[in-house]
Amino acid sequence: MSAVIDSHHDDHHHGPAKGFSRWLYTTNHKDIGSMYLWFSLVMLFIGGAMAMVIRAELFEPGSQIVSPEFYNQMVTNHGLIMVFGVIMPAFVGFANWMIPMQIGAPDMALPRLNNLSFWILPVAFGILLSTFFMEGGAPNFGWTFYAPLSTEYAPPTVTFFIFSVHIMGASSIMGSINIITTILNMRAPGMTLMKMPLFVWSWFITAYLLIAVMPVLAGAVTMMLMDIHAGTSFFKAGGGGDPVLFQHIFWFFGHPEVYIMILPAFGIVSHIIETFSRKPIFGYSSMVYAIASIALLSFVVWAHHMFTVGMPIAGELFFMYSTMLIAIPTGVKVFNWLSTMFKGSLTFETPMLFAIAFVALFTIGGLSGIMLAIAPADFQYHDTYFVVAHFHYVLVPGALFSLLAAAYYWIPKWTGKMYDETLGKVHFWMSFISVNLTFFPMHFVGLAGMPRRIPDYAMQFADWNMMVSVGAFLFGISQLLFLFIVLKCIYNGKEATTEVWEGAKDRGFEWTVDSPAPYHTFSSPPSMESLKSSS
Amino acid sequence: MFRAIKYSLSLVAALTANVSFGAWDDLNMSPGATQLSQEIFGLHMTVFYVCLAIGIAVLLAMAFILFKYRKKEGVKPADFDDSTALELTWTILFALILIVLAVPATSVMIKAYDDQEGDINILITGHQWKWQYEYIEDEVGFFSNLSTSLDKRNNLAPKDENYLLEVDEPLVIPTNTRVRFLITANDVIHSWWVPDFAIKQDAIPGFVNTGWTYVNEPGVFRGQCTELCGQYHGYMPIVVKAVSPQEYSTFIKDKKEAKIQQALLTEKLWSTSELMEIGEAIYQKNCVACHQVGGRGIPPVFPSLVGSEIVMRNKARHIEILMEGVQGAAMASYAEQLSEVEIAAVITYTRQAWGNAETGDGKIVIPKEILDYKTNKL
Repeated sequence: MSAVIDSHHDDHHHGPAKGFSRWLYTTNHKDIGSMYLWFSLVMLFIGGAMAMVIRAELFEPGSQIVSPEFYNQMVTNHGLIMVFGVIMPAFVGFANWMIPMQIGAPDMALPRLNNLSFWILPVAFGILLSTFFMEGGAPNFGWTFYAPLSTEYAPPTVTFFIFSVHIMGASSIMGSINIITTILNMRAPGMTLMKMPLFVWSWFITAYLLIAVMPVLAGAVTMMLMDIHAGTSFFKAGGGGDPVLFQHIFWFFGHPEVYIMILPAFGIVSHIIETFSRKPIFGYSSMVYAIASIALLSFVVWAHHMFTVGMPIAGELFFMYSTMLIAIPTGVKVFNWLSTMFKGSLTFETPMLFAIAFVALFTIGGLSGIMLAIAPADFQYHDTYFVVAHFHYVLVPGALFSLLAAAYYWIPKWTGKMYDETLGKVHFWMSFISVNLTFFPMHFVGLAGMPRRIPDYAMQFADWNMMVSVGAFLFGISQLLFLFIVLKCIYNGKEATTEVWEGAKDRGFEWTVDSPAPYHTFSSPPSMESLKSSS
Repeated sequence: MFRAIKYSLSLVAALTANVSFGAWDDLNMSPGATQLSQEIFGLHMTVFYVCLAIGIAVLLAMAFILFKYRKKEGVKPADFDDSTALELTWTILFALILIVLAVPATSVMIKAYDDQEGDINILITGHQWKWQYEYIEDEVGFFSNLSTSLDKRNNLAPKDENYLLEVDEPLVIPTNTRVRFLITANDVIHSWWVPDFAIKQDAIPGFVNTGWTYVNEPGVFRGQCTELCGQYHGYMPIVVKAVSPQEYSTFIKDKKEAKIQQALLTEKLWSTSELMEIGEAIYQKNCVACHQVGGRGIPPVFPSLVGSEIVMRNKARHIEILMEGVQGAAMASYAEQLSEVEIAAVITYTRQAWGNAETGDGKIVIPKEILDYKTNKL
């Protein structure tokens, strides 16, 4: 063991094993966190490549490069990969790296479970992607896989898809159990629940959402499996089943799922805005209550995805009102972020730029969300590009920007090296401009009447679609720059200080350990007194 | 931020200067052709302006803060982190704005949900990938297919104004009449959307949803299927033609006569070449989507008809498949979509074409056999 030289800190700990077995057998939260993050970056490029195929096909009216059938496979797998393979695992990666360090714990509570919940993910996506090479092709029924298109009329590979979704769900549930256990049992002495960093709070609530709804998704796909192979008729109208039941079950999972993809972003952005405003977060407790109320409301709004299925008017009105209510806690969060920056001392490093863009563009996505909540108006918006614009505004400049912000914010702590600030800013501006170029015109074509999930479109949508495609290609290229920046940081970055960001030392335990963070941190718990501005 | 968005948009607009960006119509919802659609449009604009105002206020406040409080030498940041009064104020403000929006939304919703019987009731059935319209009172009906040619879709011919929004036979409705639509589906979920009527109702197998309209002026209104329904989801448009009540009754009269003519044709004596000619046209219109131009399909989902046992030697089963569809597969029943002549013709065509006649029994099917099948079933 003498080969491991780490003399100035915790010398009774051994370093990581060498080679591939380090990663296969690791129970270290930092290793597992890194694997989650690399995995989601790889999936980002796979899902992104599918988006490029979609935009190439839609560059001009007329059939361009793929068949309508393959186009549907692209649309379906782009959605599935971005939701389950990019945004969710990336947030779990940040949770793995940062939650133990933010609460002063030595590791996650259940490290072997942690290893398992990561390693089954590549298996799940290996299964999903392998369907591209099978007879009948990959799933082609949209990421929402509405029955009976996904049951009686699905390609035979749907069974692989179901298996893959089950594994993803198992991974998420295990990860959530681990996160909740860690947060409840392993906080540093003196860190009461209402003193926890907001990222920890946001994940604490998200983990409960996951545990609540992942079994519902598992139930939905199991019923599909039974309908396909066991002769049941859960969703088969011909056998007395109910296709609308599928949508109710799916969206009872699906709407909390939407918030699973944005709540941790709220936590991340709160930390970044606080640090670069050099001012404590405004309204810490209302931030916590806002996240909690968004999470609770997410269970009673699901049918706003189904305003056109022919619900009774009482249902339409209930889901319209409950959905509108979500605007209140969301608005509180936006105003609290603005108030945090108000009278601060702002600097605009790359993480801050992404966080500011998050607030601005998430607001646009939130406002189009209010429009969509208005049920009679939704008769015109539903399943058009207006919806595509809305959810991409909250997921790309929303969730994805928060992930990029978080990566820039914490990478110096992980690697001990600074990223290239100039390139980071170039990456930000390229992403910012192209993301708006891509998704803003979608509002226009949606209102003008372009349905979503179509491989070809009428002439009146041509101009805007071309602009959207140009924006999308630029956005795709911009993310290759991100990969370059990360690699350059790891191999060729300047040394980072312990504090990394001015004044950060007072804002969280993670900024009190060396950069790079040692393989094992907080073998003995830190003291809350060491944080000056603990809220 | 907002300026940046606007600049980036106008920059690209300038770069693509030769492309003419249309007027307001291409940016916004259409007010439509009915009172309901205009009310929904008005509601949309109200909500839009409220959201726009909030958006501009937030982004301007943000721009101001970002500029004013950027880090300066010697200026210390404030350290306040709470203000219950302020937080309560804006929470109440948000709630008030939402109430202001909820009131008109509720009243429009109640108007849209008027499901009294119509003067005319039309049953709309979604099929992969065409719409079926049946006039319930008059007992006539037809299928409406995309009429844009494959050449246009494959960029071999120039596209025109109604590219992908044109059909072989539009739905005809009378003006100044309350028309009620009963919407359902035969296979997967579709969604019947005509923006100018502000009707978007999912067509769901096993369910009958309703929508209604009352059109004042004659006109042609176009829409599309808005629920992913398989590979040709983008190719099942809707065209509704509103005509005067007089014109409408002529249309219905013609339809009824055509129905009688069709029945007479079944009794006629047909030659193989006559059947082949009709059959080929039917095949091109209804079958190529799945079974492909050469009849080889896309196995395993869409089986090949070339050298198939059923097509070559099992005439009875061949008729049965066309009439009943195949359970658990994409093959639908054509008993209602096609006339007896058309079904007999397309069966004959597939049994004769692509060398099937040489390798198989080459039997033809005459319209009478299809009629007999129907009669025996009763």
